Amino acid sequence: MPRDKARILVFSTNNISDPGIDLAGGAHMSYPPEVMVVNVPCSSGIRPSWVLHAIEAGFDGVFIAADGTDCAYLSDCTLRTGEVVAMSQELLREHGHNAKRLKMAAICSVCAESFVGHMEAFTKVLIGLNEAAAA
Amino acid sequence: MSKERRIGVYVCYCGGNISDYVDVEAVRDALENEDGVVVAKTHMFTCSDASQQLMIDEIGEENLDGIVVASCSPKLHLHTFREMAKRAGLNEYTYSQVNIREQDSWTHRHDVEAATEKAIRLVRGGVAKTKLTAPLKNIRIETKPRVLIVGAGAAGLRASLVLADMGLTVYLLEKEDEPGGWVKKWGKMFPNNKRGDESIAKLVAKIRTSESITLYTNARLIEKSGSLGDFEVKIEVKGETIPLNVGAIIVTTGFKPYELAQDEFGHGLNGVITLPEYKEILFASGEDKLIHNGKPVKSVTFVHCVGSRQRQEDYDKPNLYCSRYCCTASIHSGLTTRGIDPSIHQYHLFRDIRSYGRYELLYEEARNGGSLFLRYDPDSPPIFEQAKNGRVRIQVKDQLTGNEELELETDLVVLATGMVPRENDELNNVLKLPIGLDGFYNEIHPKLRPVETVVDGVFIAGTSQGPKNLAESVSSALASVSKSGGLLMKGYVDLEPFVAIVDADKCTWCGKCEEICPYGAIEKITAEDGSKEIALITKAVCKGGGTCVPVCPEGAIDIEGYTNEQITSLIDAMIKEVV
Repeated sequence: MPRDKARILVFSTNNISDPGIDLAGGAHMSYPPEVMVVNVPCSSGIRPSWVLHAIEAGFDGVFIAADGTDCAYLSDCTLRTGEVVAMSQELLREHGHNAKRLKMAAICSVCAESFVGHMEAFTKVLIGLNEAAAA
Repeated sequence: MSKERRIGVYVCYCGGNISDYVDVEAVRDALENEDGVVVAKTHMFTCSDASQQLMIDEIGEENLDGIVVASCSPKLHLHTFREMAKRAGLNEYTYSQVNIREQDSWTHRHDVEAATEKAIRLVRGGVAKTKLTAPLKNIRIETKPRVLIVGAGAAGLRASLVLADMGLTVYLLEKEDEPGGWVKKWGKMFPNNKRGDESIAKLVAKIRTSESITLYTNARLIEKSGSLGDFEVKIEVKGETIPLNVGAIIVTTGFKPYELAQDEFGHGLNGVITLPEYKEILFASGEDKLIHNGKPVKSVTFVHCVGSRQRQEDYDKPNLYCSRYCCTASIHSGLTTRGIDPSIHQYHLFRDIRSYGRYELLYEEARNGGSLFLRYDPDSPPIFEQAKNGRVRIQVKDQLTGNEELELETDLVVLATGMVPRENDELNNVLKLPIGLDGFYNEIHPKLRPVETVVDGVFIAGTSQGPKNLAESVSSALASVSKSGGLLMKGYVDLEPFVAIVDADKCTWCGKCEEICPYGAIEKITAEDGSKEIALITKAVCKGGGTCVPVCPEGAIDIEGYTNEQITSLIDAMIKEVV
C-alpha cells in the first residue's frame, strides 16, 4: 500500500447513511478509491470484533457512518452506536492498535458533502498514524 | 460448505455509466476463478429484460444456487434482481447486489485503474457474502388501510379522492386556511381552458362530502414514528395535537414561484409583473377588457426563462433546471389575452421554446395569431427601463433576425417565473426525506421509481419533487396513489426476513439482549433439551436493527443476512490483494 494512501472500511446503514454515500456518487463528488463500504441495517448493531477484524486484516481504519438522530429503528441510536465505538476502541487498544483508527460520525441520507469531507480528513489522519507507526 | 456453492457473477456496463470508468471485463476476469464462482459474465444493461432472461436461463442450466450482480445502488435494482431470482426458481435472498456505480465508477472517474481494483474488491466481498447465504422466507405484517397526505393542492386533493374511491381512509393536511394551493387562484389553464378555481372547487366539494376523507386545514405534521404499513403520526391543528395511525404517507407540498431580486429583468419597474400575478389579472378581468392600474392594456411582453436555467456565472446559487410549465403557460396566457381583446399586441422574449408534445399546437396558434417571438441570448439579456409615458421600454437583440437590436414599448411586462422548492424545514425534520441538489424532494429514480423515497412507505408527488405542469403533477399524484394503495389494499406487506437469530448452543442467557431490545422482541425460554435457559426472538416483533448483537458476550446473536461469518468473510475478501 503506498504511504500516501489509506484503506478505509466504512460501515454504512441501509436506509440512512448508505443513500447519503450514494448521493456523493450521484453528484460525481470524489473521495479516495481506497474507501470501501459495507452496509448493515443499523450502526448500533456493529460488532466490535468486526472493527478489530478489519484492522487486523489490513484496513488502516474503520469509519462508522452512523444513523444519528435519523435512525429508523432507535431514537437513541447515537448513544447506542457510541457504546459500540467505545467497546471497539477498547478492543483495539487491548490488541495493541491505536483507537484513532476507528472513527464515527452521523451521515444522513443527504450528507454527501459531509461524507466526502470525513473521508478526506480520516485518510489524512490514518496516513499520519501509519507514518508514526513506521517511524 | 462454501466449496459446494455454485455462484453466478454478472457485471454491468450500465451503458457506459460503469464501463467508462471501470474496466468491466477485467473485473469479470478477476472474478471467474474465485472459489465458488461457476459463471462470470458481463452485460451492457443487466437490468434489461433480455439480460435478465439470459441470467434466468443460466441459473437453470448451470444449476446456480446464488448470484451476485455488480451494478448500480441496491436502492435502484435490488428488487428487480430479487424478482428475477424468484422467476429463475432461486430463493431471492441468495442474491446479492454490489454497488460499483454510485460507490465506485461515479465517484472515482479520475482513476480507472483504482476504480477497477476497487470494483474487484467489492465484487469479491459480494461473492464471499453470497456463499454464506441461506434461503429465507419473508415476514408478513398487517398494514393499516389509512393514508396521510401532506398538502391539499391539486395533487393532494386528487390523490385523496382516488384513495377514498379505493376504499382507504385518507387524512388530508393543509397548512393554509383553505385547500387548493396555487391552482385555486388561476382562471383558464392550458391545454383545455378549464378554470383552475372551478376545478379546485369541484374537488374540494367532493372531498367535503366524502366519508372516507378528513380534511384538516391550518394543520402541520409534527411527529412520525413506526414503519412501512404502520406509522404513528401526530398532527397539530389550530394548537390541538391529534394522533393518527396510517399505513402510508404522501407528500404533496408543492412549489413556490421564483422570487426576483430588485431590478432583475426590470423587476420593480411600474408595469413589470410576474406570470402568477398576470394570471390573477386575467382571472379578475373575466371576458371583458384587460385592465391594469385602471388603464386598458394595449400591449404585453412575456419574458421567458426567469428564475430557471440560470447560469453558474450569473448567480451564487443558480436554478439550473428548466421549470417546464412556463413556456406553455406564457403562450396560453397570451392566447387567453387574445380571447379577451384581440387588438392587444403581444411579444415573447424567449431563449428556447419548450412547449413539448401537444402544447406545440398552442405555440403554433400563438404565432399564427400574430404574437411576435424574439429570441434573446443569455449573454446579452434584454434591458428594461421606465419610459416617460409610464410604459416599459425594452431593448433586445433578436437572434432570429441576425441580432437585430430592437426597441419595444409595452404596457405590461410579464416575467415567466419558474418554480422553486418550498421551505419545509419542520416537515423535512420529521420525515427525513432526501432533498436533491435543486432543493426539491428526491425520488429513488425519476423513471423507474418516480414517487418512492428511501423512507419505505413515504411517497412524494406533484411539484414537491420538481417543476411540473398541472397534468404532470396530477399524474404523479396518481402514481403515488397506485403505489400506496397497492401496498395497503392487500392488507399486508412482506418484510425482509433480516431479523435476529440466536445460536442456542452459544447462548448462556445473561439477559443483556432482552434488556437492550427496544421492541420487547426477546424473551427467556428453556432450551429444547431442558439443559439451560436461552434467548428466544419473536420474529414478527424484531425489526432487525441488531442493537442486541454487540452486547452479547457469547457472540450468540446474528442478524440474518448480516451474520458474523458473512461480514468477516466479506472483509477478508475485500482486503485480499488484487493481482
